Amino acid sequence: MTKTVTDVICPFCGTLCDDLEVVVSDDGKELLEVYNACAIGAEKFLHSQAKERITRPRMRQEDGSWKEISYDEAVEYTARMLTDAKKPLMYGWSSTNCEAQSIGSEIGELVGAVMDNTATVCHGTSLIAVQDIGIPSCTLGEVKNRADRILFWGCNPAHAHPRHMSRYSIFPRGFFTGKGHTGRKVIVIDPRPTDTARMADVHLQVEQGRDYELLNALRVAFKGKQLPDVVAGIPKEQIYEAAETLKSGRFAIIFFGMGVTQSLGKNHNIDEAIAVTRDLNEYTKAAIMPMRGHYNVTGSGQVWGWQFGFPYAVDLSRGFARYNPGETTSNDLLRRDEVDAVFVLGSDPGAHFPFSSVKKIYDRPSVVIDPHETPTTEVCKVHVPVAFVGVEVGGCAYRMDNVPIETRKVIEPPEGVMTDEEFLDRVLERVREIKSE
Amino acid sequence: MTEYLIKNGFVFDPVLGIKGDKADVAIKDGKIVETTALSSPKVIDAAEKAVMAGGVDIHAHVAGPKVNIGRNFRPEDKLFGYKAKNGIERMQGGFSVPTTIRTGYNYARMGYTTVMEAAMPPLYARHTHEEIRDTPILDQGAYPVFGNNWFVLEYLKNHEIENTAAYIAWLLKATKGYAVKVVNPGGTEAWGWGLNCENVHDPVPYFDITPAQIVKGLIEANEYLGLPHSMHMHANNLGNPGNYTTTLDTFKLSEGIKPNSKFDRDQVMHHTHVQFHSYGGDSWANVDSRTKEIMDYVNSHDNITIDMGQVTLDETTTMTADGPFEHHLTELNHLKWANTDVELETGSGVVPYVYSPNIKVCAIQWAIGLELALLAKDSMRVYLTTDHPNAGPFIRYPRIIKWLMSQEAREQQIDAFKHKDKVIGATNLAGIDRELDLYEIAQMTRAGPAKSLGLPHMYGGLAPGLEGDVAVFDFNPNEPYAPDEIENAFSSVRYLFKTGVQVINDHEIVSNGNKRTLWVNAKVDQNPQVMRDVKEKFLRYYTVTLNNYEVTGRYLPNPYVIEVDATE
Repeated sequence: MTKTVTDVICPFCGTLCDDLEVVVSDDGKELLEVYNACAIGAEKFLHSQAKERITRPRMRQEDGSWKEISYDEAVEYTARMLTDAKKPLMYGWSSTNCEAQSIGSEIGELVGAVMDNTATVCHGTSLIAVQDIGIPSCTLGEVKNRADRILFWGCNPAHAHPRHMSRYSIFPRGFFTGKGHTGRKVIVIDPRPTDTARMADVHLQVEQGRDYELLNALRVAFKGKQLPDVVAGIPKEQIYEAAETLKSGRFAIIFFGMGVTQSLGKNHNIDEAIAVTRDLNEYTKAAIMPMRGHYNVTGSGQVWGWQFGFPYAVDLSRGFARYNPGETTSNDLLRRDEVDAVFVLGSDPGAHFPFSSVKKIYDRPSVVIDPHETPTTEVCKVHVPVAFVGVEVGGCAYRMDNVPIETRKVIEPPEGVMTDEEFLDRVLERVREIKSE
Repeated sequence: MTEYLIKNGFVFDPVLGIKGDKADVAIKDGKIVETTALSSPKVIDAAEKAVMAGGVDIHAHVAGPKVNIGRNFRPEDKLFGYKAKNGIERMQGGFSVPTTIRTGYNYARMGYTTVMEAAMPPLYARHTHEEIRDTPILDQGAYPVFGNNWFVLEYLKNHEIENTAAYIAWLLKATKGYAVKVVNPGGTEAWGWGLNCENVHDPVPYFDITPAQIVKGLIEANEYLGLPHSMHMHANNLGNPGNYTTTLDTFKLSEGIKPNSKFDRDQVMHHTHVQFHSYGGDSWANVDSRTKEIMDYVNSHDNITIDMGQVTLDETTTMTADGPFEHHLTELNHLKWANTDVELETGSGVVPYVYSPNIKVCAIQWAIGLELALLAKDSMRVYLTTDHPNAGPFIRYPRIIKWLMSQEAREQQIDAFKHKDKVIGATNLAGIDRELDLYEIAQMTRAGPAKSLGLPHMYGGLAPGLEGDVAVFDFNPNEPYAPDEIENAFSSVRYLFKTGVQVINDHEIVSNGNKRTLWVNAKVDQNPQVMRDVKEKFLRYYTVTLNNYEVTGRYLPNPYVIEVDATE
């Protein structure tokens, strides 16, 4: 016999779908099927079942090979590494639950670490823009129930957030949007002809790196002022038409992604996109939302917000919290040799950071906490495998619209494998002991 | 648990009616007891000091999504004031929107032990409870917002009180909420389309119901259930010149309704931050104080309680579920604007604001808040708040106490205003010579709010049986004092006890206390229609499933449940 667990939350992307169904064996040890999930989400659940999964901590030997160690030894190494370091970097925190993030920040406070999350190479620029100009936003249900103008800018949910369009943005029939996608106009702004662009009513193929100009041109067009014949590769007629489409809607929403946050202009692009949204509120109702990537990167920004007052790049090394992106952000610290130990949990900088930063991780005492083998585990000194959050242990996660949802445990972790929380609790306890010596 | 005997202090306690007489206060097993019940207590010398119950804040925005966006989008709020970790105290930052840790410590330093979060968007209840969990020392509860909720709008359109009550009971349990909060009824739903409801008869788009129907219906549903607190009101038309008529219209909706609650409260409506709702005139050029009209009404109707929303003349961060108001504010001051509309439930906005003594309107607002308290006939019904952080940060309560207790301090402030004469002309304050005493302050900050919350059996006084929440201040009311000495004494409590645990000793925080989260579990008869409506709305319109909506116990590590039985 098998059991079906319903209302399961998918711990993959910021869409945080909560309607999955997972079939598990009667003893709750084996995960058999996943329903309703996208291909990536289903793979995440099934991956926990991999036969070759690492289930014990490992330490790198002189010759580069791994040696299995106990969790006790891993706790000791981690606590010593963090307390010995003058300024350790504790990075990641995006693929774990808020409970673990909270214990992590207590450890960071005790050892004087720099706490940074994946926003540092992702939507950190959006967070800076919000500090400049604010953000008129909404929950995804408002989009589903009200929005009739959908603008995707520099993002490709068809691949990165596969169920976003069916659950929230293009297709759902909501309270005031009973016609579903036929009642909505979809605009995609992207230099690439993406699969999302193929679904749009209008695709404005902006010249790469010219997003700021095009955003600015929209603001000009809202006011009916003169534009040059072509802006950012788009003829002015198309810009006026897009502006009119947005203004004439009852509720417009802009979703944006890496295409604008990490291309030329960075936070200034987002400033301008938010200004576009503010301007639109003079004519109709409009909102804007970052397409957050990891399923709980938003949560780490929230936890640090209420504990320290800053959403990322939080430097605790002076005994109080400082925030100065460009100085206290991971890549800047690594490349300037300002951190002397690296702790990674819930992210894969080995895959996402520039190679020059990854080399610095390799050169330092380093621990990675991750259920998978990743490029990061390849450069770290100690790898601590843990249970999959949202599969083998529950806990709180924040969706891209900041809505918190409690993820579920659907199966038991492999025997003897710790959770993030359990491991961090042990490290915290040991750090306290070492500090009081 | 250690027993404590707080000896020889000047006690101010409206519950026992003690007005500064020398008396001893005994604490045992977390409660106040008769002094004879102690066996070998630790003695605290309170001679020449003022002794009161722990303070109770009925309305502050201290935890939840809009508070946190206030923190995260204002790094400048952390400049210069960050406090390093020290002993048992973790690091603390933020001025107008402090971190949760600073929030707990700073309230304790002022002698407060209970603080209510004033607006919880139900869909974000988990977030609110996560922050409450990380706020040390204080007992807290949170008010979920109901005034723009689609269920409520649909039921009350047909005046279905029983269904509304069943839904309230369900939502309080799902969100672990404490009371029924109403913010700009109908107006925030209208804001979903960029519109607003500007008075109590302005219909809500599509839903075809007026704010007046929402307010009256929610009062009736609240009394149908017999909840500890009354309906907690933030009326339409906040912050606009001439809005006092809307406020009076809102007050009048409570007429003829009597409290039905075993929790010993007398009011059926608590109207919050009335300062923002007491303006005359028809533009910012001729705005003036209408506190006389407002307080005439409050003084003559004992089924209403209010709090001040006192402007403190600081740079602060405004935040409210009144979405259209925050948009209006950002158009006024052109500072950054955050907004979040919440599906089926509510909305919110956040905008920084500078209350400058050099701006006439800010000074008029300052005077209006104080007038409310000084024109009150019964300080048990008018409470000290700043609507933290909207009119100013809560750490200014001691300064407000100074202004209330000293005409000299008020005159100093009026003299410092750039537009002094215009301010005097537009307000009543210069003509008021009343100075409140410590007994009235204890009514406004302790016994009064505790009674309004339906918690006089726990908080607000020093009678045996109440919680062991006691504050001892370095203040001798029988000696002559300068106004600033009041502020200094109330800024840093000498000793503080919370549920029988000493959390402050000689001004130092010595314990993180035993904080609890209060919520109300109201039992109603089975209501299949409401449960069917809930299922349907989650299936069709929410973006989370019904089974993922309820806040589970792990978010409330130390809950205190207040049971209400409204079954027949």
